[in-house]
Amino acid sequence: MTTSEFTLQALRTTLLEGAGTDENVDLNGDIADTTFEDLGYESLAMLETVGRIEREYGIDLDEEEVALANTPRALIRLVNDRLSAAQSA
Amino acid sequence: MSARALVTGLGIVAPTGLGIEDYWSATLAGRSAIGRVTHFDPTPYPSRLAGQVSGFDAAEHLPSRLLPQTDRMTRLALVGADWAFEDAGVVPADLPTYDIGVITASHSGGFEFGQNELRALWSKGGQYVSAYQSFAWFYAVNSGQISIRSGLRGPSSVVVSDQAGGLDAVAQARRQIRKGTSMVISGAVDASICPWGWVAQMAGGRLSTSDDPERAYLPFDDRAAGHVPGEGGALLVVEDAGHAKRRAAPRVYGEIAGHASTVDPRPGSDRAPTLQNAIQLALADADMVADDIGVVFADAAGLPDLDRAEAEAITKVFGPRGVPVTAPKTTTGRLYSGAAPLDLAAAFLSMRDQVVPPTAASTPARSYEIDLVTGAPRPAELRSALVLARGHGGFNSAMVVRGADHAALRPVGKDIP
Repeated sequence: MTTSEFTLQALRTTLLEGAGTDENVDLNGDIADTTFEDLGYESLAMLETVGRIEREYGIDLDEEEVALANTPRALIRLVNDRLSAAQSA
Repeated sequence: MSARALVTGLGIVAPTGLGIEDYWSATLAGRSAIGRVTHFDPTPYPSRLAGQVSGFDAAEHLPSRLLPQTDRMTRLALVGADWAFEDAGVVPADLPTYDIGVITASHSGGFEFGQNELRALWSKGGQYVSAYQSFAWFYAVNSGQISIRSGLRGPSSVVVSDQAGGLDAVAQARRQIRKGTSMVISGAVDASICPWGWVAQMAGGRLSTSDDPERAYLPFDDRAAGHVPGEGGALLVVEDAGHAKRRAAPRVYGEIAGHASTVDPRPGSDRAPTLQNAIQLALADADMVADDIGVVFADAAGLPDLDRAEAEAITKVFGPRGVPVTAPKTTTGRLYSGAAPLDLAAAFLSMRDQVVPPTAASTPARSYEIDLVTGAPRPAELRSALVLARGHGGFNSAMVVRGADHAALRPVGKDIP
């Protein structure tokens, strides 16, 4: 499956389904530049989240690039870059 | 070091009740939770009854962050631990993080979680297996999740010795108290009433195949033909006596006074089974004699050979009909590692209220010379109790507990061998 764009709202849904949310975090707030760590997601939560994105969008993300994408904005950019690369390929 | 290990908080998650008073009133009334399995359709299986925890909505008690990463047993354990701390008047975050440990027992780990992920693996592929499968099924996961949730960095571990593990874990907690840890949350919760867990339990060959909840689990009864599995257990706050005194703990249920565990000879050996040794060693460890014990909470396997071995061990130590014996687990089914911590809780509540809860359903066989309390609760003067637990593979464990008043009377600083 190829979808044109990965959005913050889609990331919110994926995070919620795969890893839930901390009691004191408002996922619907302005979270684009908050680190995943500050949002309460440790490496395993990110592994689960990235796995869900990969299978839903039919892409493979580079592990090292994912590790560097430590905010929603960075991860969304990484996913969208991969999506457009896949579409233009 | 001879610090005394008191129990200052209880968290109960049992099929017969969530919370101390719900569980205890059901237990005294002999109200059973055994019924047809509803967690899955048991129709194709030879065993169809269980003691299930009902009315437990994990989302009411735990943040959503924990739900995708926890098996049912862990959710129950986390809530049980929260309740135990609350009962003890303890806010873990207010205490030094290295002063509290967590030591639980586990029988099978998170079977339902594992089953769901195996199903995802085989039906959809490896990409669909949860990252949390890496630990959510694991024996030590209840200890780990309680530790993370409450910020506990004291000595922590898991003990795996089937049903005996429920006592062995609390014994390990007492060891850590003696070595200088202020507090350990200890006990166990097991919950594996799902098809995979069910066939694993069936493989043990000890499950009842009766469809009659009144007759399915009848320990020490001539009709005994296996046990009914259950889910749940209890967490106990085990605390150094000096620490409890300094913080003016709101209540002291009593003391973990003695413990011993033994392993039976291999099957076919001509050597005798060793439950009796465990009882005698636990009494010696508590510096007590058989006459000091007011009630015995039996392991109550519900199979003739195992019931006979337990009845004989009790009779050899206490004499024929020498002590009241009870098995309130007849209302919950066998909870594996969760059973003995729940029996410890029942023992403390028995001493609090000076009453022995009944063994539901069983009619004691004449061939066993034990004084099995059946029918109704029996008022009794109880200062101490003995809890027994046995695990598949020959594990025996015995624990002596003393009630609060008596625990307070005992001189502090007595040398411990």
